[in-house]
Amino acid sequence: MSALRTSGPARAGQYLALLAYLAFLALPFLWLVSTAFKPAPELASLHPTWIPKDPTLDNFRQAFDEQPLPRAAANSLLAAASAALVAVGIATPLAHVTARHRGRLSGAATGWVVISQAFPFVLVIIPLFLVLKNLHLINSVAGLVLVYVVWSLPFALWMLMGYARAVPAELEEAAAVDGAGRIRTLVSVTAPLLAPGVVATALFAFVTAWNEFFFALVLLKSPEKQTLPVVLTHFLGAEGVADLGPLAAAAFLATLPSLVVFGVLQKRIAGGALAGAVKS
Amino acid sequence: MTGFPRRRHQQGSPRTESGENGGLIVSSVTATKRPGGARAPGAAPATRPRGPDLGAWFLVLPALLPILVLSVGPLLYGIALAFTDAQSGRTQATRWTGTLNFQDLLHDTLFWESFRIGVVWAVGVTVPQFLLALGLALLLDQDLRLRRLARALAIIPWAMPEVVVGIMWRLVYNPDAGVLNETLRNLGLGQGHDWLSGLATALPAVIVVGVWAGMPQTTVALLAGLQNTPRELHEAAALDGAGAWRRFRAVTWPALRPVALAVTALNLIWNFNSFALVYVLTNGGPGGRTRLPMLFAYEEAFRYGQFGYAAAMGCVMVAAVSVLIALSLVRRLKGDQDR
Repeated sequence: MSALRTSGPARAGQYLALLAYLAFLALPFLWLVSTAFKPAPELASLHPTWIPKDPTLDNFRQAFDEQPLPRAAANSLLAAASAALVAVGIATPLAHVTARHRGRLSGAATGWVVISQAFPFVLVIIPLFLVLKNLHLINSVAGLVLVYVVWSLPFALWMLMGYARAVPAELEEAAAVDGAGRIRTLVSVTAPLLAPGVVATALFAFVTAWNEFFFALVLLKSPEKQTLPVVLTHFLGAEGVADLGPLAAAAFLATLPSLVVFGVLQKRIAGGALAGAVKS
Repeated sequence: MTGFPRRRHQQGSPRTESGENGGLIVSSVTATKRPGGARAPGAAPATRPRGPDLGAWFLVLPALLPILVLSVGPLLYGIALAFTDAQSGRTQATRWTGTLNFQDLLHDTLFWESFRIGVVWAVGVTVPQFLLALGLALLLDQDLRLRRLARALAIIPWAMPEVVVGIMWRLVYNPDAGVLNETLRNLGLGQGHDWLSGLATALPAVIVVGVWAGMPQTTVALLAGLQNTPRELHEAAALDGAGAWRRFRAVTWPALRPVALAVTALNLIWNFNSFALVYVLTNGGPGGRTRLPMLFAYEEAFRYGQFGYAAAMGCVMVAAVSVLIALSLVRRLKGDQDR
């Protein structure tokens, strides 16, 4: 380590560069927050300031008056939570099996994960739209959940395959030697070891579904069914002329759940995303 | 690469705190590169059959059915639709039209203009994104004081819904109340622009947002790759008098290359297929200057109801992306041979 000592000026340059990065990454978000708390006169001012001179919650009140935010949030929550639970519920056994039986199945699973990334959503959503229409699942959160499950499966599977491989097969074999049956082994040996990875994957799937926009835009037509991202675009208005304050307030609120989950996940994201990135 | 002891971060770094699981994943990544994984040679699994047995199929089925019915099936259906005149809300039966959609598409200058914008956007976002993310990852890999805070903040764009990212940047770019123009005015750099409505500025402005939004994923992946580079080689090279740039070229880059290629290929694909950001920022305007292929296909399918035609566009996009994947795979294989 001693050989890699960085000289003083170089170190200063590094800190300067890091600060520039942090400014680029954080300032737009701070501007969103600042706008959300500004009263109308300040928003109309030609010289906007970073810190609101007279912070207010009016924008939040107005946002709730203009759009059905609680219902949209409930729809989002329902869709994202169901999709995450179902996706992880069906992907975990598959990930476990592919981790234990390398070969054709594992290859097919990986191949499908890669191929599914390459297909543009529009080629997926048109046939799904027609199928869901025949099933009368257009304009319903249930239909959206089906789409989200399929859509989040590749990444969930990818993450889970990484976690499942990390469970040592020796432990399962030892349990088998001790006379535990297959199900017993799965429940009392494999499951506890996989649990943290499963939770991380579920949370990740939840956030991606919570944030998703395209499928929700296509599938949900009536305002009382729409999810939060779709409802947010209604603040933009037809001509793109927007009431900035309520827009910022609603956008800020819609981001909070994702930020909280990502805060919880932050340490794991490096691990899970890494497993996917390095293996692809 | 597996032979090197893993480089661990100093105390208090997020990586060491991430517990066994984070660590396990990392080691599993390197371990899986050898057939048989980390298992000792003598401990071959004698008790387990090689292929999946009946019980295993029972575990696989819950995922396999939805994959086949709702993913593989619709994809094939979608490709088939490209060869029909399927339209929304039509009472007549859909007919096969052969390659008619593709012939029409060939002469659809609007689509090819959109395709060109898509390529400019994908490359324009992916390349700066990669360079910036590489710089940030190299910084975060250093022993800097603000590193933990920086890592936490760097993930923020990833957590935000794309719609919110679009809204947020509209606030930044806003000609009157936006912070960008206000800063320019304060610096005496003119009266500012209407960035998202200007014919010349719209696409660059949108590309900046794309770079911003995708930086965390790329940074995290590259940072993970950096932590795979052998620290000992770094020190040896430094002792031999290699400067920072030579150390990067000779030690860091060879180890980072596979990750870098994979991330870049994925970013190109995702960016080429991106939708929500630009939909919120400009909705393809002004005058179609930011109309990405996905926006074009979306309008064709769900505004004009031309399902067959839109599916044909999707097929062309898949073909373009497939060529890209093939190229990157070939490059990767070549790179492996060089070593």
